[in-house]
Amino acid sequence: MSDERLYSISIEVNGELREALVPARLSLVDFLRDTLRLTGTHAGCEHGICGACSVLLDGEPVRSCLMYAVQADGRKLTTIEGLAQPDGTPGALQDAFCETHATQCGYCTPGMIVAAHALLETNPAPSEHEIREAIGGNLCRCTGYQQIVDAIKLAAEKRGTPTV
Amino acid sequence: MSAAAEKGFRYIGKKRRTKEDPRFVTGRGHFVADIALPGMKHVALVTSPHAAARITAIRADKALALSGVHYVLTGAELCAGVDPLLPGVDAPKVTRYPLAHGVVRYAGEWVAAVVADTRALAEDAAEKIEVDYEPTEYVLDPEKAALPGSPLVHPLHGSNVLYRRKFVWGPVEEDFARAEHKLALRVRWGRSATVPIETFGVAAQWDPGRQLLDVWASIQMPKYPDQTARALRLPGNAVRVHFDVDVGGSFGVKRGIKHTVLVGYLAKKLGYPVRLIEDRLENMRGGDMHGPDRVFDVQVAFDADGSIRSLKIRALDDVGAYAGRSPLQLGKPVGAIVGPYQIHSVEYEPISVMTNKTAQEAVRGFGQSPTNYALETAIDRVARHLGMDRIALRKKNFIRKDQFPYLIPSGTSYDSGDYHAVLDKALAAAGYPALIAARDAARNSGRLAGIGISSCLEPSGGNSAFEPLFNPKNETTTWMDSCLVRVDLSGAITGVMNTSSAGQGHETLVATVLGEVLERDPGAIRVVHADSLNALPSNSPVGSRMAIMLGGAAAGAARQIKAALLAIAAHNLNKLVTELEYGEGSVSVKDDPRKVLSWNQLVEIAHRKFHQMPPGLEPGLQAKFVWEVPTGGALPTADGRIQMYPCFSFEAHVVLIEIDPATGQPKLVRYACGHDCGVMINPDIVHGMTYGGIAHGIGAALYEKFAYSDNGQLESQSFMDYLIPSAMEVPAIAIADHCSPSPHTTFGQKGSGEAGYLGAPAAIACAVNDALAPLGTSIDELPMTPLQIWTRMQAVRAGN
Repeated sequence: MSDERLYSISIEVNGELREALVPARLSLVDFLRDTLRLTGTHAGCEHGICGACSVLLDGEPVRSCLMYAVQADGRKLTTIEGLAQPDGTPGALQDAFCETHATQCGYCTPGMIVAAHALLETNPAPSEHEIREAIGGNLCRCTGYQQIVDAIKLAAEKRGTPTV
Repeated sequence: MSAAAEKGFRYIGKKRRTKEDPRFVTGRGHFVADIALPGMKHVALVTSPHAAARITAIRADKALALSGVHYVLTGAELCAGVDPLLPGVDAPKVTRYPLAHGVVRYAGEWVAAVVADTRALAEDAAEKIEVDYEPTEYVLDPEKAALPGSPLVHPLHGSNVLYRRKFVWGPVEEDFARAEHKLALRVRWGRSATVPIETFGVAAQWDPGRQLLDVWASIQMPKYPDQTARALRLPGNAVRVHFDVDVGGSFGVKRGIKHTVLVGYLAKKLGYPVRLIEDRLENMRGGDMHGPDRVFDVQVAFDADGSIRSLKIRALDDVGAYAGRSPLQLGKPVGAIVGPYQIHSVEYEPISVMTNKTAQEAVRGFGQSPTNYALETAIDRVARHLGMDRIALRKKNFIRKDQFPYLIPSGTSYDSGDYHAVLDKALAAAGYPALIAARDAARNSGRLAGIGISSCLEPSGGNSAFEPLFNPKNETTTWMDSCLVRVDLSGAITGVMNTSSAGQGHETLVATVLGEVLERDPGAIRVVHADSLNALPSNSPVGSRMAIMLGGAAAGAARQIKAALLAIAAHNLNKLVTELEYGEGSVSVKDDPRKVLSWNQLVEIAHRKFHQMPPGLEPGLQAKFVWEVPTGGALPTADGRIQMYPCFSFEAHVVLIEIDPATGQPKLVRYACGHDCGVMINPDIVHGMTYGGIAHGIGAALYEKFAYSDNGQLESQSFMDYLIPSAMEVPAIAIADHCSPSPHTTFGQKGSGEAGYLGAPAAIACAVNDALAPLGTSIDELPMTPLQIWTRMQAVRAGN
């Protein structure tokens, strides 16, 4: 291995404190995928355009390919794995993506769901235009976005419906 | 027909969740970049900065001096150790290896591969490798490349023309002589591709004890294991491709054979697992996945009443520096060369030309969408020439519902359709009268607005009849696919498919079909992907074929299971099979329904009670079915007529576009698509593919281009310059379904994997030109980028 200097970091990932020694230039997406083996976060373009690597940093969607792991030291991260139920089955928003068949190959899906989650946290009843703007930085090559927009609408409706 | 067809089905055509979605939405897909093998090393590539050059020296010592860097592979070593990759046509001197050897033929071509502990280290090392080049002459313009005297991309081939033939089907000259009108046009389809969000990747591991190469790859490629083994000089059974890798989008292009041969060679030589995941730069310029780049010269002969008599099409395609299957993308359109129209005769001259650009690979539709764009532009020109309504002209020439099966001049018979009804549904979905009013209102208020119409076919069922058509030495006449079905002792059903999937929902397809035939809940059926040593024959999900071919194979296997259950019941109930009734897995006596054997009882007999098995039936409960493509199996005639694909889906697009007069920025205001792919197995999947195909078509029509500078540098290497439409550019889309069942398939299904993309670029181009018509100008080249539109508007305003 190379003799790069390592830095100690401590990040809360999906509610669990994770500590590691990492080189300064290790990107956050590589840290998540290779070090923590949280492979649900995907690298698509690695230059900040496609959004496949989106994660929530203290609740805000960010591109994990444009951050270094050391920059997340002391912060809270939520990845696609953290949006599932504790038993690993789909959470509410993820379930809405299943209901409308909002995925095909599944590669952009985690980033798309992270972006949608961030939207619904701040805007529980978004318009179609607001939904399209919120996922406008996430590229999908399979779906033409329609069933993704439908899924986010459905999830918003279900959130707005009081559970019995 | 649609309602009647659906009524007979239990699961087919119904709204059902897919089997794949839950793992994808929770981040539990299994992609190639998720493969982490113990001791695995990583590859990065050194690429050519020149469009054409001789390599005079490669010095790797500085790279190898870095800690954690293990190996540098160059073309000299690799080319001695592997066989060249197969060209798709008869051009044996157009040799292609994973790494350049002696010369480079395009900017971005791979020159050396570095193996290191991490990808980051491998990239660092790649930057320290010094390569000396002597630049040589290059050619970028395919029309110049086709001329004598042009610099040659492969001098040993003697020409840059890879393939050229003039087909004449029917009395073309006579029809042209008799026609009352003729017109000619030239359109150009720009170089773009499907550009999946996941790049290509492959991991390989050599086991010397077993003499076996294991391969995990993001692959969608017919004959991939065979070609990998052949290039690596291994027997076919020494390569095991794991088809359970989820492929992060492909739409044709994930054909990483050169990547695989490179990584397979390294893994075998070095003795540890090796992985190459392209970064976006390697993918865009060196991934060899650019799509068709075509100049069409079209001549149309027609009468004053709008009847189109004959066509002459010359299609010159720039395939870049190497020949994979790319020349064959000029071949598939032969099977739908007249589109949905009654055209009596056709001359078609495909010309495949090499230039010093990144190599072309299969792209969604395999050359059909560019051809549809040329054809639909010609139809619009005829309408304008005659002052005839575009819709009326199309309807006048459409093949009528009562004319199927309909034989076109190039030898293919279309199976079924109702083009008039589907176009009407598209117009209704678009609200056509209101659309015209909206366009005219926009124009009256000083804006530019236009309506586009297109109608086209999606040949489906993926045969490979273009191989013998374009290469008589290649006598491939089968393109089979298969399914294995097992019912285990617990009564659970498992379907085994034999290729990887890239988002097409094949597990859902197989489960739905097995559930339909066996009348068991598809939700409880598991579908797995065999590895290539366990697999039955498959030709991978190309050519809109899996609903037809995998669906048909699954149905065939399920029917054998059903027949076995009936035979077991007949033996145990002392009845003839004809006296029995199968229902939801149980078998009862028709006349006495109290006499019944349940699913579990029948399964237990098959697995445990040989003494209760009918003679001649093998124990256990499993069935395989290998299916040849329906209507396939023949070689082309001497004049190049062939039944290309079996099934023909149809789509009609109606679109309203507005263009910002100040910036040239287009906005799709309304989009409707009438779509007929026969019986849909899962409507959500079909609709999803259609929406996605339209989005891809929007990109090809307005934004996406692999642009080259005059010195052969690829200028669109990132997503900042190669513009993929986002949710802001893709509008809400209305799809109107129609169902003309295919007579050739198990349930009446046709293909839909290329839906939307085949007609969207034509419709959008037509809309842009309708918007520009009041300015007295038009654009004859895709993509019609905002800059290009703006430039054209400025030229008009300046009086040019």
